[in-house]
Amino acid sequence: MNSLWAVTLATLKKDIRLEWRSKDALNSMLFFSLLVVVIFAFAFDPLAEESRHIAGGLIWVAFLFAAVVALNQTWARELRNQVLDAYRVSPAPANALFLAKALGNFLFVSVLEALMAPLFVVFYNLHVLGPAWQLIPIAILGTWALVVNGTFFAAMSLRTRSREIMLPLLLFPISIPAVLGMVAGTTAVLTGDNPAHFYIVLLLTYDVVFTTACLALFEMILHAE
Amino acid sequence: MNAIKFLFAAYIVTWLIHAAYLGSLVRRFSRLRQQLKELGKK
Amino acid sequence: MKRLFPILSVLTAALLAYALYLALVVAPTDALQGDVYRIIYYHVPSAWTAFLLFFINFIASVQYLANAKPSSKTAAKWIVLAIGILGVIASFLPPVQRLLPAGMHPSAVATTVLAIPAFYFLIGKYFPGERLDVLAVTSAEVGVVFCTIVLVTGPIWARPVWGIWWAPGDIRLTSTLVLWLIYVSYLVLRRFSSSAQTQMLAAALAVFGALDVPLVYFSIWFFRTQHPQPVIGGGGSMDPRMLHVLLISWMAFLCFAFLVCWSRFRLELLHREVEEGHAMESLAGGAVAAKGSLPLNRSPQ
Repeated sequence: MNSLWAVTLATLKKDIRLEWRSKDALNSMLFFSLLVVVIFAFAFDPLAEESRHIAGGLIWVAFLFAAVVALNQTWARELRNQVLDAYRVSPAPANALFLAKALGNFLFVSVLEALMAPLFVVFYNLHVLGPAWQLIPIAILGTWALVVNGTFFAAMSLRTRSREIMLPLLLFPISIPAVLGMVAGTTAVLTGDNPAHFYIVLLLTYDVVFTTACLALFEMILHAE
Repeated sequence: MNAIKFLFAAYIVTWLIHAAYLGSLVRRFSRLRQQLKELGKK
Repeated sequence: MKRLFPILSVLTAALLAYALYLALVVAPTDALQGDVYRIIYYHVPSAWTAFLLFFINFIASVQYLANAKPSSKTAAKWIVLAIGILGVIASFLPPVQRLLPAGMHPSAVATTVLAIPAFYFLIGKYFPGERLDVLAVTSAEVGVVFCTIVLVTGPIWARPVWGIWWAPGDIRLTSTLVLWLIYVSYLVLRRFSSSAQTQMLAAALAVFGALDVPLVYFSIWFFRTQHPQPVIGGGGSMDPRMLHVLLISWMAFLCFAFLVCWSRFRLELLHREVEEGHAMESLAGGAVAAKGSLPLNRSPQ
């Protein structure tokens, strides 16, 4: 167990360092997130009375698209430099690579969300009527739900034609219960109409089930040639 | 009376979908048999 | 074997015609919905058939993954057996019976749970090795066809009866939609993936899909209790004559589905034979061309 976390942290630190050095991907994705928020502000009238009711859905759709853009380049660096072959041959546990990638994606998407959320609040004049602190577990659990499956499916899509479209194609259907949980939970907190507890439990269950499934099956995916 | 149209629409659509799928199976079969024949010749 | 197919086709066609006659002529008219309700005789059997086929795909996928290593193969067999035995025992225990919806008899639950090991071992016996994967792709594809019919006839039925094409909170239709999406993505993965391990990847996706479906069901169920949805008929007991016609319709469609699956299965075997033939051909051709030059590259990327 020790070596699993050691390798995971080492890989994660390496990824963060590499990402930080060339800020290209980071910058372009930050700008993309901003653009998405602006487009949504034009597409859906932010001054309408019902904006609080639809804001939950809009925010998470925006996060979803930003996450897909981020997830698509999860394994790009590894592919370019044949790192995956080296990893397959090394004695390092496959799950360490998966966890490192998933955690890296989680941090990255969280940064994107942290940027987009205030923009939404500004454009839509959002004003939380329910218990605002509940937005934090919803955001964390929801983001992890997207990222854990996204990292797994990104690996699955490595040897497919149209790799970039394959990831959302695989990810979206499976993510539907999680998206329902995130959106309904966020809306519940924003409007204060109903409690968000069940949605948080739903997201937690989803995360536990699929994190387990990903960890159980990742080694096989990694060795898929 | 109008509602009956929906009933017939549903039944017809069902069989259209089945026919389309079976048609695609037949097409794929003939294409594969063709390829198998060509392989046999070589 | 080859002669059996045409005979069965004729019999199935006759059964389908009989079922159609029962559905349109013999079955009594519904008091509330009039004659439109007869869509049920195509809609519901298609749904049950699709679910059965997806279930078969799930069992075949799990078995395909488990058979990769001898240790997991034996472990899986024991786990499946345990699920069957424990499930049967559990369905007769009072705490579990309290959880069951009203009217559901414990023996019905027990029989359903027994389907898991029954299918697992039967499929394992009659579809060894590669044929297991052929079964997986067959059941997925034919399942999608039947599921498409469910999703098309559903709104066609809903429009005259409820006045709307689609009710966002309708658990059954929405869960079916998600199941359809998952299996379409499964088929797309199979088609687009050029990995030697495509079959394994697809099996993993099928497992993910199976884990997802109960979550979809509960998420929509809870969403509905929070947001009042249009009151939808369905539930409550059915006129026994209607049930009789429904079951015969289902039997007819099952026979039809069986024949379609058999055809698709044979198609897939033929496809693999041709693939192998092409592979052999390119190997032989490559060996001739590469005399004295570099060894063949692995996979062309």
